[in-house]
Amino acid sequence: MSKPELILPPMGALGFVRYTWRQLTSMKTALILLFLLAIASVPGSIFPQRGNNPLRVNEWIADSPTSGPIFDALGFFDVYSSPWFAAVYLLLFISLIGCVLPRTKVHWRAMFAPPPPAPRNLLRLPESMSFEVSASANEVLARGRKYLSGRRWRLLVAENSIAAEKGFLRETGNLLFHFSLILILVAIALGGLFGWKGNVIVRTGQGFSNTLTQYDAWGGGRFTGASRLSPFSFTLEKFNVEFDRGEAQRGSPKLFEADVTFRRLPGTEAENARIEVNTPLEIDGAKVFLVGHGYAPHFVVRNAGGEITFDDTVVFLPQDGNFTSTGVVKIPDSDPQLGFQGIFVPTAASNNLRGPISTFPGPDDPAVFMSAWRGDMGLDSGAPQSVYRLDTASMDQIGIVALRQGQIWKLPDGSGSIAFTGYQRWASFQIAYDPGKEVALLGAVLAITGLLLSLFIRRRRVWISATVNSEGVTVVQLAGLARIESADLPGELELIRDAVSDLPDTASATSTDEIRE
Amino acid sequence: MSATQLAAASNAAVYASMVTLTFAMVAFAISFASGRRRVAVLAPAPQEIDSAGSTALLIKSTVSTQSTVLTKSAGGTPTDDQTGRRSANIGMSLTWLGFVLLLAGVVLRGVWAGRVPWGNMYEFSITAALGILGVFLLVSLRRDVRWLGLFIVIPTLLTLGLAVTVLYTEAAQLVPALKSYWLIIHVSAAIICSGAFTLAAATAGLALVQSRAERRGKSGRARVRTAEKLRTLTYRVLAFAFPLWTFAVVAGAIWAENAWGRYWGWDPKETWAFITWVIYAAYLHARSTVGWRGDRASWVAIAGWAAFIINYFGVNIFINSLHSYSGV
Ligand code: HEM
Repeated sequence: MSKPELILPPMGALGFVRYTWRQLTSMKTALILLFLLAIASVPGSIFPQRGNNPLRVNEWIADSPTSGPIFDALGFFDVYSSPWFAAVYLLLFISLIGCVLPRTKVHWRAMFAPPPPAPRNLLRLPESMSFEVSASANEVLARGRKYLSGRRWRLLVAENSIAAEKGFLRETGNLLFHFSLILILVAIALGGLFGWKGNVIVRTGQGFSNTLTQYDAWGGGRFTGASRLSPFSFTLEKFNVEFDRGEAQRGSPKLFEADVTFRRLPGTEAENARIEVNTPLEIDGAKVFLVGHGYAPHFVVRNAGGEITFDDTVVFLPQDGNFTSTGVVKIPDSDPQLGFQGIFVPTAASNNLRGPISTFPGPDDPAVFMSAWRGDMGLDSGAPQSVYRLDTASMDQIGIVALRQGQIWKLPDGSGSIAFTGYQRWASFQIAYDPGKEVALLGAVLAITGLLLSLFIRRRRVWISATVNSEGVTVVQLAGLARIESADLPGELELIRDAVSDLPDTASATSTDEIRE
Repeated sequence: MSATQLAAASNAAVYASMVTLTFAMVAFAISFASGRRRVAVLAPAPQEIDSAGSTALLIKSTVSTQSTVLTKSAGGTPTDDQTGRRSANIGMSLTWLGFVLLLAGVVLRGVWAGRVPWGNMYEFSITAALGILGVFLLVSLRRDVRWLGLFIVIPTLLTLGLAVTVLYTEAAQLVPALKSYWLIIHVSAAIICSGAFTLAAATAGLALVQSRAERRGKSGRARVRTAEKLRTLTYRVLAFAFPLWTFAVVAGAIWAENAWGRYWGWDPKETWAFITWVIYAAYLHARSTVGWRGDRASWVAIAGWAAFIINYFGVNIFINSLHSYSGV
């Protein structure tokens, strides 16, 4: 006989597409793509990400003027929305769909197909046994049938043998798992397209209403318009904080909670609520989370004539765990313009003011360190300015001073005074609406269910054959086959043996099978 | 008991556990070293069992006693074997004792702090050590894994050593973000996973060593199983741990949604949890991919554990993350 030769058809365009598709949906490709996904995720944990910490990103780029912009262009600061990251997971999901759909079809067919008939020599199979019984062959098969169908095995009964199969839920579970991954991806997309998220700082006693202009930062999906924001509002009535005063973790927060009154719609009755770190307030599908807090010192600024030009609390942003906070006061209407950079410390080091560093986050001994500037703060350039930053490029410093609560500083150039009269607390809230999160949860639950089915159910086949030998004795052969290694198959065969043989105690029966270990 | 007494008792229990485990380690090491026997040709390959004649050799009354045939077929001097077995048994008893002591240490710590003992990295670490021992001992109830003892006790001791020296913190209140019953659900699942992942990394590493020895024609250490058996055990452990890890990640996401308003934010801790998950998913895939089943799959299992460890130590300590409550 001549050697068989493999003749490949000419490939052609369609063939190429088919070839590519087959490669893309192969297990090996899936494996490689999974590795790629793992590797592609790493830079996002090393480089600061715009989505989490835009300030750190800016600092990073400013600190490394050559490599910074390159990394930025490559998307290292937006890894999870970068094209290369998207390429990896989209390929993976295309591969997934291409892999799972055909498998679903095969599995669907297999579920309705009878198990394959018994092989001729059952004892060739790795798990098998043979024994003699006094019952007739038909009796043995009837017992076997009763036993197996009672345990929901799928059966094919032949003249002197039974083929049985069980464990289809394994593949069902596996498919369910992979489909659930798709569902989770859809949920994420849903949240990305229709959801929104905003941050706002609210001082005690002040209010917030849910419109775009009130947010300090806001991001929404492609299909989220300002008109979709539900028109609720709330007022921060009171903010409670406690810090640990013990030795071990001095200064770590013990408690913080915001008491608010809110209205679901303008004009409706106000309701009370308490927002804590793990208990957001849910209004109309949107959730209001308490994410941070800080101090807003109160200043009164007077001009040379003694008239009040500024009288308000100013949000200062905490810079460290002890709430050393920075902020600015701007008096744009004076001529020349007047600005103050300030550092607020809730607990100044005792006695002599050592420097602008707080030693405890609670307001044990609040103080501010102010530096006054005069000149042009660059408001006319048209570029939007941060309310937390003073552009001192065209300004002159006129002095620095430390103030305790209640103290007044007469500016050295005689242009007026600033008084530090007290402080308020502020809380920062994240308000988020994500229509995809329930779907994502559903996907996760289904995925775990599918996983459990797929990892703990074993698909296996058993065969029973009963024949009468030359001496008229019934010889029973049992064999089993599991798709994956299974420690329980021998035990299962033993149970079947007990069920079909005459005595509950079958010590006399001999069994053969491979030595496993 | 007063607070200081509770604290002292908790610390004493942890130290006592470490001493016990050190002795357990020595016992396991002796057992390991004395297991120099070869695993002889164990049994004919299945295809050789074809006629009634050759199978007759292997007939035995019940399926469950078949392993006795195996031990008999292995050579080696009986004294060596006895020493090995005895010290392995001593190692197991000491491991149980160490486990009980550590359990006491963790519980007392919780009583002292008046909350679940998972508020900082010291507490996470001693509980993780407890998890490693717990998973190992649980497995040991169902099958003989004494030979694995050495490779379990060593990482446990390292974890505890790191905990008491570098990570130690006095008990304090939980920071508000940790005050949630999701803490208990999420962290307990993760701690059990840490035990299972460590166990799987140990068996995967041993599988690599064994398969190398087997390739060189040696059969490696008898007390350690064949590479194939080790790989099967690795798979079993990871098949248990992977759904649990999936659950832990999902529980974390639910908690994050509750605390921060988003269920997933690619915070470094979340990112590494995801990387760990993806690597273990790759491991499960590798197990059914041609050409990847053997050593490569073992390497993937070890890589998954490495990602888990990076997440635990690296991210908690070195990377600034929302999850930085290490207390160090
Ligand atoms: C998003 C990417 C994917 C993830 C996270 C993933 C995850 C998993 C996990 C965890 C398992 C083991 C649990 C089980 O048996 O159900 C598994 C099994 C499997 N996956 Fe995937 N998978 C992905 C994509 C794919 C793709 C693209 C294919 C097709 C090429 C594929 C084919 C399979 C097959 C055939 C199994 C069964 C292996 C067995 O019987 O042990 N998966 N997958």
